[in-house]
Amino acid sequence: MSLKDIKHILLVLSGKGGVGKSSITTQLALTLSLQGHSVGVLDIDLTGPSIPRFFGIEDAKVTQAPGGLVPVQVHAQSTSGSTEGDGSMRYGALSCMSLGFILSGRNQAVIWRGPKKTAMVRQFLTSTLWPSGLNYLLIDTPPGTSDEHISLVESLLTETASNPSQLAGAVVVTTPQAISVSDVKKELNFCRKVGVKVLGVVENMAGFVCPHCMECTNVFSAGGGAAMAIEFGVPFLGSVPLDPAFVGLIEEGIRPVYPQGTVVEGQAMETEETRAITNRESDKAPLVEKYTSCSLYPIFAKICKQVTDVVEITPASA
Amino acid sequence: MAPPPDPPLTPPPDEESQSVLNAPLKAAPALVAPEPEHCPGPESEQAGKGDACAGCPNQAICASAPKGPDPDIPLIAERLAGVRHKIVVLSGKGGVGKSSLSSMLAFGFAASKAGDEELTVGLMDADITGPSIPKMLGVEDESIHISGEGWSPVWVSDNLCTMSVQFMLPNRDDAVIWRGAKKNGLIKRFLKDVAWGALDVLVVDTPPGTSDEHLSVNSFLKEAGIDGAVLVTTPQEVSLLDVRKEVDFCRKADIKILGIVENMSGFVCPNCRGTSQIFRASTGGARRLAEEEGIPFLGAVPLDPRIGMACDFGESFLDAYPDSPASTALLEVVAGVRKAIHMDSNGVAAG
Repeated sequence: MSLKDIKHILLVLSGKGGVGKSSITTQLALTLSLQGHSVGVLDIDLTGPSIPRFFGIEDAKVTQAPGGLVPVQVHAQSTSGSTEGDGSMRYGALSCMSLGFILSGRNQAVIWRGPKKTAMVRQFLTSTLWPSGLNYLLIDTPPGTSDEHISLVESLLTETASNPSQLAGAVVVTTPQAISVSDVKKELNFCRKVGVKVLGVVENMAGFVCPHCMECTNVFSAGGGAAMAIEFGVPFLGSVPLDPAFVGLIEEGIRPVYPQGTVVEGQAMETEETRAITNRESDKAPLVEKYTSCSLYPIFAKICKQVTDVVEITPASA
Repeated sequence: MAPPPDPPLTPPPDEESQSVLNAPLKAAPALVAPEPEHCPGPESEQAGKGDACAGCPNQAICASAPKGPDPDIPLIAERLAGVRHKIVVLSGKGGVGKSSLSSMLAFGFAASKAGDEELTVGLMDADITGPSIPKMLGVEDESIHISGEGWSPVWVSDNLCTMSVQFMLPNRDDAVIWRGAKKNGLIKRFLKDVAWGALDVLVVDTPPGTSDEHLSVNSFLKEAGIDGAVLVTTPQEVSLLDVRKEVDFCRKADIKILGIVENMSGFVCPNCRGTSQIFRASTGGARRLAEEEGIPFLGAVPLDPRIGMACDFGESFLDAYPDSPASTALLEVVAGVRKAIHMDSNGVAAG
């Protein structure tokens, strides 16, 4: 029932595991939030939920309220300029829902067969009390084309039957190498078969810039994502390189800094010198603010713009 | 319109996973309708009697199906009687290199010897919705042949054979959109109907997670006996988090953990030889996890772009770059696994 209020629902899919679905979901959510949208993230990877870790809210718990479950808020809306001095920080609210918030221990395995997973996915979809007027709901999925995916798409198609434009479509993630592309092609065929529009393909882990010599190595080869997008006639949204600073941001909460002269999308990145903060480890700024220092942010700003341009042109509940 | 009352959302209790694991499988009856939510599983002892069964069109069928263990399980044990060792490759996390490691283990075993004899190795791909093994072994375009003995596995070399759902697809990119029960059925046929013959080692590659495929592989192989599981992870905490869940799964399912392998551990720039930690082990990596959990650490395999290339082209990385640090690390892993399953290099293979 609570899905009715949501303007756009986006799925993040990939046939292959570990290509960065959760990482892409996280960054799409942060970027959309930075563009002023209110965003929700639903993690339906039941046996390996990563979203709580990505947002640094592993200890959070969901609360039960009359009529459903209250998702965990990552940050509230911010309309005032920040004290950082590098421009005003305005962003929309962001909240998350994941099975990770319900488990009693972080090491606990969820040993469920299909029907149980189906029930859980349905319950997440129908009884999460998202904040009213949510602009975007991003759904992070497990790898494959099985129970969770079938249930998710079935439920979504029923729930959005009265307003089909609500289900905006899917962002499909791959890495460049052939092994990954061949699994992800199966996912594109899945989307075709069930009638979910593919908004585009994101190629993750495309190249790694050696911090010692600045040489870019294609760790997982190159160009696979773009070639696949052309083959299937779907938009190619962009290539996202491997950035250890992003991993550091997620794992340890360290605000990214880059060597002098690092320029991404024509924009110079912050260096040790320009950012005169000495206590990087204890920087208490929210994740979303730190993310703006990450080299991947300008790339995601571009990807999000392509997505929102397509999504918002379609006559949604304006 | 009042929303329908929701069932209370409860965390999965431990006893529940235990009952899922211990459920002795019986033969799955032919269903007339899809399984309902919270279905106890048509193979389970509770079939037809659970709360969710009320009103299900299958109820009568499930309830009247013969009870007792699945009659196919002894058939599987018989079929696999010639298989000396069975190893499962597991990881809670996707894309950490389960399939690359499985294929490299298989290549590694096939290249090593026990005494004067070459080892014969089988590699079964239990990842139904994302099969990668055929591509990595370079046999993507093969299909299955059926003989009097059953389905013939695809032979990669004289002493390495494999089986995967990929061989059964009419088109290479077809999606396999199957729910759990159907996946379980195919895994059973891979074990029961494939003429594996006499193998020294059967390596089973699995999809990420702790769900249908894992439960099925475990219960179907219980009687035939699993030597143990090799866990794969990458160094960063996001991956270790899921692997801890897999450790929990192995403990609950009573599968021996042969050891843990850290993959993509450090990257050596081919240009300047400088090492970088792409996936930083902020919490001590697999080595620390192994210490904490008291399981053997089998080795750390560095991230080498040539491994990915070798997998894409379906050739053995170990043959192509025998002198690389990654090959050395992989051979150590193979040796570690051999030791763990008591298969000594001097040929005394203790069962």
